[in-house]
Amino acid sequence: MPKIIYQDNKGNSKTINVENGLTVMEGAIQNDIPGIDADCGGSMACATCHVYVEEKWLDKLPKAEEAEVDMIDMAFEPKKNSRLSCQLIVSDELDGLKVTTPSKQS
Amino acid sequence: MKKIDAIIIGAGPVGLFAIHQLGLKGLKAIVIDNLDRAGGQCIELYPDKPIYDIPAVPECTGEELTKNLLEQIKPFNTEFIFNERVEEVRQDKDKWIVKTNNNNEFSTPNIIIAGGVGSFEPRKLSLKEIEKFEGKSLFYAVKNKEELKNKKISIFGGGDSALDWALELSKLSKITLIHRRDEFRGAPHTLSEIKKLEKEGKISIKTPCQLASVEGNESIKSISVKFDDGKVEKINTDIILSFFGLVMKLGPIADWGLNMDKKTIEVNSQNFETNKKGIFAIGDICNYPGKLKLILSGFHEAALASVDCFKRARPNEKYRFEFTTASKTIQERLGKK
Repeated sequence: MPKIIYQDNKGNSKTINVENGLTVMEGAIQNDIPGIDADCGGSMACATCHVYVEEKWLDKLPKAEEAEVDMIDMAFEPKKNSRLSCQLIVSDELDGLKVTTPSKQS
Repeated sequence: MKKIDAIIIGAGPVGLFAIHQLGLKGLKAIVIDNLDRAGGQCIELYPDKPIYDIPAVPECTGEELTKNLLEQIKPFNTEFIFNERVEEVRQDKDKWIVKTNNNNEFSTPNIIIAGGVGSFEPRKLSLKEIEKFEGKSLFYAVKNKEELKNKKISIFGGGDSALDWALELSKLSKITLIHRRDEFRGAPHTLSEIKKLEKEGKISIKTPCQLASVEGNESIKSISVKFDDGKVEKINTDIILSFFGLVMKLGPIADWGLNMDKKTIEVNSQNFETNKKGIFAIGDICNYPGKLKLILSGFHEAALASVDCFKRARPNEKYRFEFTTASKTIQERLGKK
């Protein structure tokens, strides 16, 4: 099972085995990772599952579609490496992916 | 203080259907919602997105679903109170007193919380030092255009609200539009208008940049924005308008002494009553073993909760289960006979 590393804004990290096909958001919710709220439940409508993706992974991820980028406009302190974790689907290629949660979601 | 059979908190799809289920039983409800219209998440988050799992409706959008529910509850002439949030709930013998942030008070035997993930509120700017200006020179919505005449206004955001207000207020004031990236969302027509005004020097556009600091004591004097390349620019500003959409906040519900699990309210799955007699929770906000956050589950929860609402509102009457196809009383309530 691919490992996903969730790091909080203070640098503490947790490594979680997330099943292929789940999203990075679902991996966080099912394992009580703090800092990812996912209020809308993954319908790309709220930007409260916003994460910063470690730079080296950015190119390996499918590009964000327009609706996701539009939603990131609403996120708390967006950066160049901002993504919505509900749109990142876990696969073997993403084994070791590291995401950092922002200091807050809203 | 107004007396009513039930107060419904939240005018989303599940709250609307609760009106229907109460109405069939002859109960009157008042609905309170912090938004300015009915529909909840369906209207605010995904009005145009198709929904495929409403029973017997193969496909409909959030907006259509809301419209149809409003049509379905028309016979009950329900009072809606919009732009208000329920702040306080307190017990008064076998009744509940419900108070809103606009000091409206109600007495009711039943409260149905159909609050989704909480009430919608504007997403606020993150700078700590900016809070003291809120409501004075920082606004998350425009209430009175006249107050914004002949000012230096900095508008944050890249969506329709930011663009529409930039256009509108450029007739009265000097506008700077600030967005974190070069692309704006928004109707193409609005965008081309904005670009035209930029050429004419009526709107100044700053991208890609974000708010870095605010200067001023009593009122805002200037702001500094930081561009992606690290450059910082100071902009003389009297008023900040910020349009970063809405967030959902659970708010005061957490203080009513209800058993909670994270942001959800624990209920029993027989009548969806909480640990407090006469307070029910239905839809996304309730939690019980096997709970699914689906609109259809919320409808079922509304139907069951309404039965106990009847028993509490009409303690001297016997509850009779009836079908809409057969019951003359129900058909009369629906205005059909």
